[in-house]
Amino acid sequence: MITESEANDQLDAHLREMVAWHFSPETGCPFWLDWAAKQDWDPRDKIQTFADINLFPHFQDEWLRDEKNERFVPKGFGNRPFNIFETGGTTGLPKQRIGWDDYKTDYEMFSDQLEDEFFPRGANWMMVGPTGPRRLRLAIEHLANHRGGSCYFVDMDPRWVKKLIARKQIDEVERYAKHVVDQAVEILKHRDIQCLFTTPRILEAIGERTSVPGLGIKGVFCGGTTMTPQAVRFWVEEVLEGKARLVPTYGNTLMGLACSVPLDETYSVTYYAPQPRAVLRVVDSKQTDRIVDHGEYGRVELTTLTKEFFMPRFLERDEAIRRKPHAPYPWDGVGDVRPFGALEKKIIEGVY
Amino acid sequence: MLPEIPILRLGKVYQSLDLQDVKAVATGEPVAKVSFANDGLVKSDLRRMDEARDVLRKVPCQELLDITTRAGEIFLNDTLPLGADGSTQSPDDYLAQLAATSGLPHTLIRMNMQRLGNIFGQVGTILQGLTRGLDLSVLDKGYGEQMGVPVSFNAVTNCLGVIMPSNSPAVNALWIPSIAMKIPVVIKPGREEPWTPWRVIQSFIKAGCPPEAFSYYPTSHEGSGAIIRRAGRVMLFGDDSTVAQHANDPRIEVHGSGRSKILIGEDKIENWRDYLDVLVESVSANSGRSCINTSTIVVPKYADEIAKAVAEALVDMRPLATDDPAAKLSGFANPKFAEWISEAIDGDLESGGAIDVSATIRPDERYQTRDGMHYLLPTITRCKSFEDPLANKEYLFPFASVVELDQASMLDQIGPSLVVTAITEDQDWITRLLECPDIDRLNVGPHPTNRVQWNQPHEGNLFEFLYRRRAIQVAV
Repeated sequence: MITESEANDQLDAHLREMVAWHFSPETGCPFWLDWAAKQDWDPRDKIQTFADINLFPHFQDEWLRDEKNERFVPKGFGNRPFNIFETGGTTGLPKQRIGWDDYKTDYEMFSDQLEDEFFPRGANWMMVGPTGPRRLRLAIEHLANHRGGSCYFVDMDPRWVKKLIARKQIDEVERYAKHVVDQAVEILKHRDIQCLFTTPRILEAIGERTSVPGLGIKGVFCGGTTMTPQAVRFWVEEVLEGKARLVPTYGNTLMGLACSVPLDETYSVTYYAPQPRAVLRVVDSKQTDRIVDHGEYGRVELTTLTKEFFMPRFLERDEAIRRKPHAPYPWDGVGDVRPFGALEKKIIEGVY
Repeated sequence: MLPEIPILRLGKVYQSLDLQDVKAVATGEPVAKVSFANDGLVKSDLRRMDEARDVLRKVPCQELLDITTRAGEIFLNDTLPLGADGSTQSPDDYLAQLAATSGLPHTLIRMNMQRLGNIFGQVGTILQGLTRGLDLSVLDKGYGEQMGVPVSFNAVTNCLGVIMPSNSPAVNALWIPSIAMKIPVVIKPGREEPWTPWRVIQSFIKAGCPPEAFSYYPTSHEGSGAIIRRAGRVMLFGDDSTVAQHANDPRIEVHGSGRSKILIGEDKIENWRDYLDVLVESVSANSGRSCINTSTIVVPKYADEIAKAVAEALVDMRPLATDDPAAKLSGFANPKFAEWISEAIDGDLESGGAIDVSATIRPDERYQTRDGMHYLLPTITRCKSFEDPLANKEYLFPFASVVELDQASMLDQIGPSLVVTAITEDQDWITRLLECPDIDRLNVGPHPTNRVQWNQPHEGNLFEFLYRRRAIQVAV
């Protein structure tokens, strides 16, 4: 494992390389080149270490809806067709991110963190969750293929569920969940599947119907919502019966995938970004250029640094505790993630 | 060290990683921690309720009645387990803890405690009332005879979900008979009142009841939702919107606003002063926090005089130290509630034209604070008609409106009313009162609305809610 200092050096070097790529007329995309042209400083000169990232404004995800996707195509990718992935969006035009190979790279890196005992090489996977226009659908299939297996899918449309919850049609949400779970259980019963990606809510619902390990599931990779220590403990001890491995993850279309370190008796989940390709910081929500102290809650800020996508200082709709580095990750983590403002207001999160 | 009240999962103690503070109303300091259940855990346990029902089903009804009677004594007198850490709770501890988190003065808690303690011993009579004299061995065997006719009853649920409020400990009386009826309970305690259901459960267990009969989940809105949606039968406390939301669901019995009333007939109105004590007690007993407290007094004449007399009788009901033996007025666990209610009353006074009669008598504002607690002083309003927005309102403190209306129009205008005390001997009117579909409980004569006989149905018959009669023919 590299040291914290080496990790910082690696991050700074990677940042300089990405800034050079995105802000050079030969390789950068119209969106960032146009932005740079309006500044009185050149990012390629000024951005030397990650501390300099604060020279950029917070990336606004509305730009991913308001700008044409073509304006985010780096010239370095030439005319190579791109994938379009969507994020969020219950009404109107959803936000979109384009990409080529990032999802493969991200999930191959994630694969390296999975234990073969619980996610056996060559085993088949099932994804029960949001497919459709989401990056996750291709990513999970690639993960399964990369590890030598195939992947079954059952779709769940979170936009529809959010609408039902907003209308307080909870019975309808339960009927829809049953519809999704019916399909998943049917496939799990009749096909040889050992690895599962799903959301905590669906995992619970499958567990209500049948024994998850009893279906042959050895490992569950879960993501998509708040995971309180008590809920995680319940999933590990009761839904997975202490037999199958739970791997909580934090991720989205804009970042990739942050892994968690193995759970201990506190069941508190801490995620570590896939540095240097993405960086998570926990910032003071009222003064967002200040990083909170370790152990304090703050708003989650994401910076994505790949050749396909440059996204500085995006403020996620989540808050978390800033946690210290933990092997094998020599950089800060984000712990006990929950929706930003969760203590002050009701947030529709029941989808996942 | 604060006591940590755990979850009970079919009687088994479970300590959550999610510990939440129960805070003192006056100081905001934590008094205890409660284990909070995630909704997945609640759903998971609800699927196992057949196990709990099986255990309880095997205990004869008479034995369960004996256990219930013993539990009442234990509830009133014994030191019982409180936290999973081995901490205990004496009756005095219970009183102090409940006072701290609910705002109830000690006098009212003692009264509620005594009332609740007595309920246990009356469960046999209550069951006789609810089952119309059924030999309870019919529930043991599944069938039998009543008045020479074969009868059989089958439980329509394997548990009774109970979403408790925080406003009055005595409401626990409503679920206690379920145990003798062999139906396990799944209880979500009120946020500020984890104490009473916990103590009732511990009393039952110490008295010899199978622990499996009790599941207890301090939990979130989602956890409550899981109980409401998944339990076969649910007892729920809430406001008008809650009542409306579940109006068409036969699984759910909602205890909403009572809008209880006292009507004085034309034959008795000249003697209204004789009934002043009944009026005052009905409005103010238990600090006016119950659905059985009178919120509207309807009279054919002397409305102004009656409103003034009741307001004057209540003017000495003021905030005192919670342990003052003379304290009768309860504080609000949530201070915002007191402010909101007072503002709502002022708004209605302004728009409807009613008069706050109490305001003309008492020296202070309605909204008061003392020792960090928030209070509303008793308020009697005089409304010109039932059109007035305050005429049929119910609030969580001693509040009532006085409306003048000719006797012939009263029953057309009172609307749904949990308890109606009709002070009259007019037989024709009594007949009309008996026929009135808007009245849930009827008292004829000067009987305070807050004095309830539990051996008669209260907002529904619990036995008929939990059991269904089926036809049976046995050839062997």
